[in-house]
Amino acid sequence: MNSPVVEATNLDLTFQTNDGPVQALKDVNLTIDKGDFVSFIGPSGCGKTTFLRVLAALEHPTGGSVTVNGVSPDEARRKRAYGYVFQAAGLYPWRTIARNIKLPLEIMGFSKAEQEGRVKNVLQLVDLEGFGGKYPWQLSGGMQQRASIARALAFDADILLMDEPFGALDEIVRDHLNEQLLALWARTGKTIAFVTHSIPEAVYLSTKIVVMSPRPGRISDVIDSPLPKERPLDIRDTPEFLEVAHRVREGLRAGHAYD
Amino acid sequence: MVGRVGYHPPYGAGDHEIAGGGSVCGRGDCSDLVWACVPMNIKGVLTEAERGGAIVRPEGAKDRRDIAATRLVMDNSFAIPATWAQDRPRLPAPHQVAIELWQTTVMKKITSKRSLVFHAWVTLSATLLGFAIGTGLGILLAVGVVHSRVMDMSVMPWAIVSQTIPIIALAPMIIVVLYSIGVQGIIPKAVISAYLSFFPVVVGMVKGLRSPDMMQLDLLRTYHASKAQGFWKLRLPASMPYLFTSLKIGIAASLVGAIVGELPTGAVAGLGARLLAGSYYGQTVQIWSALFAAAILAACLVGLLGVIERATLRRMGMA
Repeated sequence: MNSPVVEATNLDLTFQTNDGPVQALKDVNLTIDKGDFVSFIGPSGCGKTTFLRVLAALEHPTGGSVTVNGVSPDEARRKRAYGYVFQAAGLYPWRTIARNIKLPLEIMGFSKAEQEGRVKNVLQLVDLEGFGGKYPWQLSGGMQQRASIARALAFDADILLMDEPFGALDEIVRDHLNEQLLALWARTGKTIAFVTHSIPEAVYLSTKIVVMSPRPGRISDVIDSPLPKERPLDIRDTPEFLEVAHRVREGLRAGHAYD
Repeated sequence: MVGRVGYHPPYGAGDHEIAGGGSVCGRGDCSDLVWACVPMNIKGVLTEAERGGAIVRPEGAKDRRDIAATRLVMDNSFAIPATWAQDRPRLPAPHQVAIELWQTTVMKKITSKRSLVFHAWVTLSATLLGFAIGTGLGILLAVGVVHSRVMDMSVMPWAIVSQTIPIIALAPMIIVVLYSIGVQGIIPKAVISAYLSFFPVVVGMVKGLRSPDMMQLDLLRTYHASKAQGFWKLRLPASMPYLFTSLKIGIAASLVGAIVGELPTGAVAGLGARLLAGSYYGQTVQIWSALFAAAILAACLVGLLGVIERATLRRMGMA
């Protein structure tokens, strides 16, 4: 029923380093459908970030094939098919929040009026109305990360690639942002690929959880979440939630037993 | 203070006392300087006093030559006040320099050849022109270094080599070469000025233009931004704090360059010309007041850049 947004087949990626080749991804097969919320979880060095960077055409695979929206990642980037959210907010300190959000719009050549309208829209989406005129240092870490999500949403890409966006935030803020992210996903219907190393975060957010293991990075399990789309925070105490979390943990342990 | 100078063994030659007096000055505060004048100037004062009929111990400049200055001061304490009021002291007292500064700035018309304001302006105009050229050149080179691998490998070593050549050796050659092709006046001085000031700007701007981290560069790649967009929207604004630091060093170097550029030409105007004329005619008060004028001018220029820096960074929301 859904057309695949991402399709990776037998994907390999080897980095040439001074200590010889390092295989970052090995034989990765994955399909992401439109509207999916996919989490990538695994220990560091398992290639989850690398896979996301391949989708963004920031790295190029050395074997196999990958398509984004049916075309190569490079082409998808040229068509501005995705917004990327990094671990750090990476806002420009010399631009206000509104002008930070305008950055991609200026680069992509939107008209001034269109820019204003879009900034207003996305500020509302991430619950930052009234903060457009503030500079980044005037905002808390969580608000800065929300602003960076707004920046990624501003040009209306269908896909949101998020690389541990809440990794540097404390747990209370993180819970709050997770809840907001789900609401945003429900409202916009975007496809989201989300890298994390927190099991509860992955289970709480995702419709599909990809468990990866390191050296070489590969997929050890793909779990389709049985949880409903509506997820209040206390769903994390239900038996269904704990069961999925258990399966993720098992998958991670199996990956570790390998080395 | 005077007693401390006496700890130095009486080598005899007057120059050794200069070294002794220097160490007293080195303590820094003004009263030290005042006392340093006493042994520094005592021999000249005694010679004059003797000529005027005063009784000096021992008699005869020739006999006094090999005696330690401190000894002479103790034996002829009547002459101490006169060491602070000579026309051409070896070391002028601070108030003499202050009075000279006052008289040659505030009390003289600025069009007068004897006005330090006039001379400072001559030097300042060359400084500013050289600074503008040097800054422009420095920024252009830095942009090239950051964007072109060839320039990255080739420019820096030459820029460093250029700064190891003593400017005092190079300045006369620049002036002679430019004169032979008919260029004189402010331009040769500005060229020397630019030669000194481009270097800190290159170093600072290369660092500044490279200051954005991988993540910020990756972010621009995800937007499919062009190199030019990356430069104007990310690299240039990110380099601003580095630029201002470099400019402050650069403008001080520019001033030194302009002054050095005035020395070998026998220039008739400018702070460098004042220094040179002062040393020709033994006018130490004039030399010292020109030195202070240069120092004050440099402080003003750096201070002005500091004000512009704060205003700019505040407008950018970074301060």
